[in-house]
Amino acid sequence: MPAIELTDQNFKQEVEESKGVVLVDFWAPWCGPCKIQGPIIDELADTGKDVKITKLNVNENQVSSSQYGVMSIPTIIIFKDGKPAETLVGLHQKEDIKEKLDSVVK
Amino acid sequence: MTEIYKLIIIGSGNAGYTAAIYASRAQLAPVLFSGGEIGGQLALTTDVENFPGFPEGIQGPELMARMRTQAERFGTKIIDKIVDKVDFNTQPFSVWLGKDIYQSQAVIIATGASAIWLGIESEQRLRGKGVSSCATCDGFFFKGKDIVLVGGGDVAMEDGIFLTKFANSIKILVRREELRASKFMQDRAKNNPKIEFIWNTEVVEVLGENSVTGVKIKNNKTNEESEIICQGLFVAIGHRPNTEIFKNQIELDTKGYIILKDRSMTNISGVFAAGDVHDHEYRQAVTAAGDGCAAAMDAERWLEKKET
Repeated sequence: MPAIELTDQNFKQEVEESKGVVLVDFWAPWCGPCKIQGPIIDELADTGKDVKITKLNVNENQVSSSQYGVMSIPTIIIFKDGKPAETLVGLHQKEDIKEKLDSVVK
Repeated sequence: MTEIYKLIIIGSGNAGYTAAIYASRAQLAPVLFSGGEIGGQLALTTDVENFPGFPEGIQGPELMARMRTQAERFGTKIIDKIVDKVDFNTQPFSVWLGKDIYQSQAVIIATGASAIWLGIESEQRLRGKGVSSCATCDGFFFKGKDIVLVGGGDVAMEDGIFLTKFANSIKILVRREELRASKFMQDRAKNNPKIEFIWNTEVVEVLGENSVTGVKIKNNKTNEESEIICQGLFVAIGHRPNTEIFKNQIELDTKGYIILKDRSMTNISGVFAAGDVHDHEYRQAVTAAGDGCAAAMDAERWLEKKET
């Protein structure tokens, strides 16, 4: 199961109004490092049980990305009960992201 | 039992992909680990105008995607993962990607070089909040904004010119009173009305609580400090070879570049290097590609000799 594709339209419903932990991968097609981050995020979506794994194309959805001050990609924000709990800027390995996710889930 | 490959190639820039094209055409069935920056430095650039055969220029990411396809066409197995440990002390050589282990008789190191940061606390604190080292990734977020760019080489000029597509103004801080960049790139940057140069200047601090609001700078001749208001700081001050995992395995120079002993071979027989990971002199797409070809041919001959 790949990550859920978010848009400015469903961001509120899928993330801000969502109970529990939601990971959002902010990316764009022109960004080289995002291309390696993407498949890692998809892998997490395959294994994650208690977390919702999503991604947002900032090129097409500038409202949500600017609302959370994203000025560099890839950026990952982990939300808990609709509020940002952790932010990871730059390319991150699966293990690092997992660790952060676990710390937020607790 | 782990499968033993003839050849492992580490890196996916010009050197790595070219080595893969040659090695796979030579029936070595190589496996290539792309690392964290797929396509290498060129994947982060825009127009490449000096690669022979493309008189109109070609986009960096497109050139790298084509090389990748070409490498795959002849049977290179490409794995988009990062090598985090190697052991060159025993044959076959071992390479770790997390828990996965791969083994081979020969290795070509083409891990290239990555951008370096200024190394000040405020820079790391504001990374992703206006501080960036990837103009092509992040220029988009600075539409109509004022940007300060640090650096005086070709990459800095290219980044500066690229950023003018989005930004209102670009001030380029140069540590010396001249540029390291080629004459051609210098002229282009100097002729761009959005770009202004500030000479003999270094960044003391990046200002801002939650996002960049400016930079404190110092003239290194007069020691006079001043502030520039800006919303973005881009860093393009050079590169460092990606050789962290090879320390204590192969011979490196004081700056961390791999030292070649016999043509493209390192001090370990069967381990070869190509591209920016050893070359701090030319650092061009074409020279890296040429290097990759040479390393593949050297590896092929070495493997042949080993078998007979």
